[in-house]
Amino acid sequence: MSRDRSGSPVALELRNVVKAYPGTPPVRALDGVSMVVHPGEMAAVVGPSGSGKSTMLHIMGTLDRPTDGSVLIDGVDTAELDDKQLSALRGRKIGFVFQRFFLLAGTTAIENVANGLLYSGIDPTIRREMAVEALRRVGLDHRLTHVPSMMSGGERQRVAIARALVHSPAFILADEPTGNLDSKSSAAVMDLLRGLHDEGSTLLVITHDDRIAGSLPRQVRVLDGRIEHDNGVLSLS
Amino acid sequence: MTLVRTAEVVEPSRFRFRDVMRVGSSGLGTRRGRTILSALGIAIGIAALVGVLGLSESSKSDLLAELDALGTNLLTVQAGTGFGIGNAELPETASSMIGRIGTVQQVSAVSSVNVDVLRTDFIPSGQTGGISVVAAESDLLETLNGSVASGSFLTEAAGEYPAVVLGSVAAERLGIGEVGDGVFVWLGEQWVEVIGVLEPFVLAADLDRAAIVGVDAAEDFLNQDLAPGTVYLRVDPDLVNETRELIPRSVDPENPEEVEVSRPSDVLVAQAAAEDAFSSLFLGLGAVALFVGGIGIANIMVIAVIERRGEIGLRRAIGATRTHILLQFLTESLLLGFFGGVAGVILGAAVTAGYAASQGWTIIIPTIAVTGGLAAAVAIGAVAGLYPAMRAAGLSPTEALRSE
Ligand SMILES: Nc1ncnc2c1ncn2[C@@H]1O[C@H](COP(=O)(O)OP(=O)(O)OP(=O)(O)O)[C@@H](O)[C@H]1O
Ligand SMILES: [Mg+2]
Repeated sequence: MSRDRSGSPVALELRNVVKAYPGTPPVRALDGVSMVVHPGEMAAVVGPSGSGKSTMLHIMGTLDRPTDGSVLIDGVDTAELDDKQLSALRGRKIGFVFQRFFLLAGTTAIENVANGLLYSGIDPTIRREMAVEALRRVGLDHRLTHVPSMMSGGERQRVAIARALVHSPAFILADEPTGNLDSKSSAAVMDLLRGLHDEGSTLLVITHDDRIAGSLPRQVRVLDGRIEHDNGVLSLS
Repeated sequence: MTLVRTAEVVEPSRFRFRDVMRVGSSGLGTRRGRTILSALGIAIGIAALVGVLGLSESSKSDLLAELDALGTNLLTVQAGTGFGIGNAELPETASSMIGRIGTVQQVSAVSSVNVDVLRTDFIPSGQTGGISVVAAESDLLETLNGSVASGSFLTEAAGEYPAVVLGSVAAERLGIGEVGDGVFVWLGEQWVEVIGVLEPFVLAADLDRAAIVGVDAAEDFLNQDLAPGTVYLRVDPDLVNETRELIPRSVDPENPEEVEVSRPSDVLVAQAAAEDAFSSLFLGLGAVALFVGGIGIANIMVIAVIERRGEIGLRRAIGATRTHILLQFLTESLLLGFFGGVAGVILGAAVTAGYAASQGWTIIIPTIAVTGGLAAAVAIGAVAGLYPAMRAAGLSPTEALRSE
């Protein structure tokens, strides 16, 4: 585990990250973003549509490379890794939750969650055991063999969350996890995420809902590709 | 201070073989109808391939087995200007001259006898029903590898009375099935006993329409001057062509071009080959079906990749490398080809078995058709899937995740 200036360990760090999309004129979706996430933290990234939140999450999750600046994950400088190593890094250290769930149709909850370990080299039976445990953590141990079409939106998102935490990642990145849910399911999913935080997980939740952002310990406000406000540790120091 | 560790820290992603197969096949399983339709082209192509090869082998097998048993070393010698038995004659010494050739194993001459054969003496002569009378030695049956359906063939000992043996067609036309005591025909203006009826000669169909009498009987009772019309001979199987070239000059040194030597088994082999030419048409159609089937698979895989961009993005997010994505889609199209191939082999084998059985042939489904068919199907699946799989692998994770 790497540490920041004050000596606290760091799960994720962005240093002056720029992401420019080619075009006329080029879009600077991220324009010099720096932030540090410590293990056990839970932060909201808020901002209006098009402000660069998803781009930021993709770069934090190594799904995309920055045009400039560096991304450090659990102490590893991602610039030094090739595409294969980045894939491995994602599979082992990062958990993703998306607005659109991305569950495989016709596949049971347990298999969908076990898929979070598909590329880990872990034995299939152990993968399933770990999936059952993850589903228990998200409160879905009564839905193990349900396929997505038999589940509510909230349940589907909880399956996706179980898939994101089944491999005990260094942190979980969630892009609008409640974007497709009604207010009741949204609240349940946010309660679940806060519960995971209480158990020690590190989470970054993207949202454009100020109420949701306000309910989390830290808020990072993004506007036009820049961090406009951050009440986290780095911005204070 | 931030400590930056290097790459070795992260253990590489893995995609176990069992998982590759499971993921590849589940992709097909969840879209069953589409899978069946897109494998259909391959199935039809492989079925045509297996069916054509199977039917051609099955149809030939009986013939070739028969030829094998009859021997392909039988030659016939006739006078070149003649048409069939009896129209032209060879020198009287033909048989003995041929017999002197070292590679000749057996010789038997057949001479035409210029008389009619009738069922009764009421029928006006001339209405012979196309049956010719010939004279032969007792070794003819052995030389031709023929067999007797009823009774016996001519024997060496010249009987007190003349006797006749009928070819299969001749017997049928004369209305004689079985020979027992006292079946007679009206031959050369006298009653002659039928002592045998023959099975068809595969290699000497002319004799099926003949009434065969012994050479001695022809000379003694029918007062015929015999000259050989056709000489049948067996030669050393390894030196058939060499022997064939020697014959005309030894039969008739002055006019060797008048002597015609033929090999009856060649005609049958040529017939089988003609059927092969027909089957190459079907093979061509099968190849077209395979080609179209391959394009069909490529098409469906391109569509699958576009539809499943989200899934691809998710897999990249949970640790799949480009190679793993490539493997997944390649496996899918490979399995598509394989299933098409298996269905095609089953279909082709069923058609072969059904048709061969209805024709009374031995059912042969060549191993090469089955293994070759499956290999071709899998190879087509792989080739067809390569481009779509490469496109899937080339998708950037963010592009895949942002797609609708
Ligand atoms: N592939 C791309 N090519 C060009 N521009 C892009 C691309 N992807 C994103 N952008 C642009 O980058 C900017 C930031 O996009 P991003 O998706 O990060 O916004 P966001 O904050 O997530 O918005 P939303 O709340 O609507 O999801 C936008 O202006 C968008 O149009
Ligand atoms: Mg977004």
